Amino acid sequence: MSRILLLQGNQAVVEGAIAAGCKFFGGYPITPSTEIAEDLAKKLPKVGGKFIQMEDEIASIGAVIGASLAGKKVMTATSGPGFSLKQELLGYACMAEIPIVIANVQRVGPSTGQPTSPSQGDIMQARWGTHGDHWLIALTPGSVPECFDLTIRAYALSEKYRVPVILLLDEVIGHMREKIELPDNYDEIPQPERKQPTCKPEDFKAYATDDSLVPAMPPFGSGYRWHVTGLVHDETGFPKGTPEATVESTNRLHDKLYNNLDDIVEVENFQMDDAEYAIVAFGGAARAVYEAVNMARAEGIKVGLVRPITIWPFAEKQMKALAAKVKHIMVHELNYGQYVEEVQRVVAGKVPVTSYGVYNNEPATPDELLAKIKETFK
Amino acid sequence: MKQELRLSGSGGQGLILAGIILAEAALLDGKLAIQSQSYGPEARGGSSKAEVMISDKAIYFPKVTKPNLVLAMSQEAARKYVDDLSDNGILVTDSLFVKEIPASFKGKVLELPITHTAKTELGKALFANIIALGAIVKLTGIVSEASIIKAVLSRVPKGTEVVNEKAVRLGMALIK
Repeated sequence: MSRILLLQGNQAVVEGAIAAGCKFFGGYPITPSTEIAEDLAKKLPKVGGKFIQMEDEIASIGAVIGASLAGKKVMTATSGPGFSLKQELLGYACMAEIPIVIANVQRVGPSTGQPTSPSQGDIMQARWGTHGDHWLIALTPGSVPECFDLTIRAYALSEKYRVPVILLLDEVIGHMREKIELPDNYDEIPQPERKQPTCKPEDFKAYATDDSLVPAMPPFGSGYRWHVTGLVHDETGFPKGTPEATVESTNRLHDKLYNNLDDIVEVENFQMDDAEYAIVAFGGAARAVYEAVNMARAEGIKVGLVRPITIWPFAEKQMKALAAKVKHIMVHELNYGQYVEEVQRVVAGKVPVTSYGVYNNEPATPDELLAKIKETFK
Repeated sequence: MKQELRLSGSGGQGLILAGIILAEAALLDGKLAIQSQSYGPEARGGSSKAEVMISDKAIYFPKVTKPNLVLAMSQEAARKYVDDLSDNGILVTDSLFVKEIPASFKGKVLELPITHTAKTELGKALFANIIALGAIVKLTGIVSEASIIKAVLSRVPKGTEVVNEKAVRLGMALIK
């Protein structure tokens, strides 16, 4: 049985978190993400979970990391200014391989920026906000139902690869209300489980891996003792500063994701079968593109939409294939131009790649996009 | 056909809630709907708008660009949010607050005593948003009367069902 609801994207994230088995939220409210905290405060206690509002964003991600080490599925939610504060511990979670899900509902920045206006200005921050070589996953939903599905997927990926997953929403998707059909109960939603050690506690090496390159992660308190550190460490979990240990650790953190790009990277194609031109857009910006593509096609322009659902790791294979297929690519995003630079890097001059960045506090309308399509794809 | 409505006024008048209720009524009718909003950082005051799009087919772009109807419940909203209303569209104003109709608009205008009715008939201005919904539904038939009443009653606080249903009917009665 299912129920039909009118929900905000932020509320659908909450439903997805509950469905995936999230049992802990540590956060600090900030527009336009606050509804995630609000709804989880109401719903987590009803499923045996805990909600805690911490003193700030840094403490929030700290609490979430601690709860994950205790074996729980966890979430924190924020927007740009808070996401900036969380970067140090985001790097810690990458280094110590602690599964966490962070929702960042983007708003106009930098700094306090424009709290209630939409932006996709944190694309590069999601990738490179914390320092040092590191790899993580970022997903961008383009509708309210997809907020639900991708939140469940965020937990699946985070637990499977022991990596932070960022749910990169924008204000358009976070705040709009749309029809969503949800199951009456979530018992049949697959619950991702962390790999557990098969050895005895005294033989346990916290970061020893098999071919998956992902170490087992017993919860604290289970009898398996291990050391968690942000320092480079070897398979015992204790710091080791040799060149070899650093190279091995760095390579493994990269390869555990990049050996599995087909599992992680998802891209939607809309009207692409016979397309001669493509618009690359994601999240709230893509909503106008669907309509603009249909309008342009009515005028005989063979254009389609390529919508990355996984923002990071970058959809390199898909963009290379796109460059071999179409004559011209336009990247439309609600910022001055960020994702476009990755597309340009991969396309490497094979076909023109044009940026249509919009940063005036409003998403571009279908009419504005149609005009841009006509101007760009001549 | 896609119907686009904009409900505008000041923060605190309950227009975002009105937009949500209207969209939920459309789902009850078996249609698709999207509701979006924009507002300033203020908790009260400042201008506020809720937008609702209702259609039988998938709606992609969630913002209203070609409104069929604009409700303006403040003078500032009437100034700010009527620009893109075509002369085929309808402007509904709350006559207590909107004294000047934008000169550029040549279409149909209904100046309704929305907040006045709330105060005199129900004793509180806070029912104005529900009265406005009743008026809009009667005027446009955008959702069924049964669905708007069901949607209102499922959103309002327990114990206020009778007075809220009365508010919907008072709104409907404003349309002659």
